[in-house]
Amino acid sequence: MSQTTATPSLRQGPDAKGFFGDFGGRFVAETLMPLILHLQREYEAAKQDPAFAEELAGLSADYVGRQSPLYFAERLTEQLGGAKIYLKREDLMHTGAHKINNALGQVLLARRMGKQRIIAETGAGMHGVATATVAARFGLDCVIYMGSTDIHRQQPNVQRMQLLGAKVVPVTAGDGTLKDAMNEALRDWVTNVDDTFYIIGTVAGPHPYPQLVRDFQSIIGQETRVQLQEKEGRLPDSLVACIGGGSNAMGLFHPFLDEESVEIIGVEAAGEGLETPRHAASLKGGLPGVLHGNRTFLLQDEEGQIGDAHSISAGLDYPGIGPEHAWLHDIKRAEYVAATDQEALDAFKMLCRLEGIIPALESSHALAEVIKRAPGLPKDHLMVVNLSGRGDKDMATVTHHLADELGLNPDGE
Amino acid sequence: MSISAIDTTASSRLDRRFAAVRAENRAALVTYITAGDPGYDASLATFLGMADAGADVIELGMPFTDPMADGLAIQHATQRALKAGQTMDRTLAMVSEFRKRDQDTPIVLMGYYNPIYRRGVSRFLEQASEAGVDGLIVVDLPPEHDDELCVPASEAGISFIRLATPTTDSERLPGVLANTSGFLYYVSSNGVTGGAAPTAEKVEAEVGRIREHTDIPVAVGFGIRTAEQAARIGRFSDGVVVGSALIDLQANAETPEQGTQAVHALTRELADALKTARQ
Repeated sequence: MSQTTATPSLRQGPDAKGFFGDFGGRFVAETLMPLILHLQREYEAAKQDPAFAEELAGLSADYVGRQSPLYFAERLTEQLGGAKIYLKREDLMHTGAHKINNALGQVLLARRMGKQRIIAETGAGMHGVATATVAARFGLDCVIYMGSTDIHRQQPNVQRMQLLGAKVVPVTAGDGTLKDAMNEALRDWVTNVDDTFYIIGTVAGPHPYPQLVRDFQSIIGQETRVQLQEKEGRLPDSLVACIGGGSNAMGLFHPFLDEESVEIIGVEAAGEGLETPRHAASLKGGLPGVLHGNRTFLLQDEEGQIGDAHSISAGLDYPGIGPEHAWLHDIKRAEYVAATDQEALDAFKMLCRLEGIIPALESSHALAEVIKRAPGLPKDHLMVVNLSGRGDKDMATVTHHLADELGLNPDGE
Repeated sequence: MSISAIDTTASSRLDRRFAAVRAENRAALVTYITAGDPGYDASLATFLGMADAGADVIELGMPFTDPMADGLAIQHATQRALKAGQTMDRTLAMVSEFRKRDQDTPIVLMGYYNPIYRRGVSRFLEQASEAGVDGLIVVDLPPEHDDELCVPASEAGISFIRLATPTTDSERLPGVLANTSGFLYYVSSNGVTGGAAPTAEKVEAEVGRIREHTDIPVAVGFGIRTAEQAARIGRFSDGVVVGSALIDLQANAETPEQGTQAVHALTRELADALKTARQ
């Protein structure tokens, strides 16, 4: 705990009650409290257990494919004419996104706790696929809750989950998106507390989830630090990542929080524009509130009723944000901006054509900010972007929006 | 371990009502309806007639868009209420209307924290006191967060009624009971509202365990739908909570007026069953 510098570390949170500043906590029904406390004890024990770390590291390397490359995006850098852009290639990991890092960590915790049944919520389906994957790997029953709207727009992922042996339960409540899927997963959990482990997919929910998901995702930032040191001999100047709940962003940011020279930028989904009601930018357009076990910024009305988020990207379509991001926003350690659906589509297209990489629409939001920011920066500015997932799952959405422009023919003629 | 950290206002409506019911050697009937379902007028009519139909304590649900601990019946009721324009002001107005006619029946507001948090805890408590609210049940505020609302509510003279569940072990129970007043709501099965009915034997054993720790009344809820089930639980508990069954009657009625009548009819049936349950 002793810091040599005068400034206290920003990496020590949360406190004993699960708070990052005013945000976080354990706002859950009594039925779940003993379970959450148990999970916390198990997690603390696992962190001290070298066998746990060893098993996680082994599977991360041989099953997930870590480490993920840090790739210098030469043509994108040239085109934008400013900052030197590196892509952290989480899209190349098993199942196609960073979500597997957390799913793997949590399934190992579930095994320690002797749970036989895994549940999860999913938006874009990447967390659902990652969870179904690790459940199959360890022979556990798996139920995935997914909003009916998301099921419609992310069909390939629904089929992948089913192929992996998971049961995908459509949720029709509300808008049929991620928030509603999370409500339903919580209802399942409260009903099946004895045998069920809930693998939350992002850095939100009741303590200790925001902390443990962050810890499992921090491998992204840790690797980046070492890789950039090898390539450039120094720290990055800026980090950019997209944010729904914020797990890929927190994974990249956390190891750098105490490095004052590193600028940290999170990109929320501005949907059809922050001036419209159709966006998913909880920090830019929301207010503090309590939902899904934590206090954070939420899209809500003056009555405290939660709003329906909107984004072209299902993975960002959530009216809240992880509490640690809310805190970093509050203390201004990180800057939070937003990108619209259209800006994300433009960035998507640019990466396909310049780098031969099809990014997830989620990650395209981070790229949209890079397009805005990089040209104004000096050529020796090192910018790392988290390419959190690949875009194969988004083909239907993108084809719908960009068919003419990209010369895609939906009929395949 | 039966001492609460906060003075539990010995003369509250809730305490008087549970004492009176205990003197009659029966369990209290605690009914739940969602405020504003299916619309303000019908909901108010149902609410105002509830005590005459035999409810001893009335829980009025504050609608919230994301009722994570509720089953389909209350989820749908919530959606109907919000769609019909229910607001916190209107929910509090319902309590004020009720208090004009009835000074004795305790009213408990039940719901989730965010609508209260958004309004501001002190403003909410002031308005709730003024309207004549006696207690609060806020599902997503466990004892770990007592400083948020429980302690301020108790200081404002409003009971904070805690839920205990089958997962609340003996180690946790004292913490759950501390700062609880009015009554303890024992959630008889793990799950959401409107779920499967618990076996009476198991619940009786659990209520017995809780009573080793406290003297405050223990009401049992979750999954109780019929007069017969209510009577079975009412033999040993201090109160029986019925919610989803009443909500379903309102939802399935052809007109709101018929819904109100059906809710009152089941309330009478439940009340009658509790009167004779221990004979």
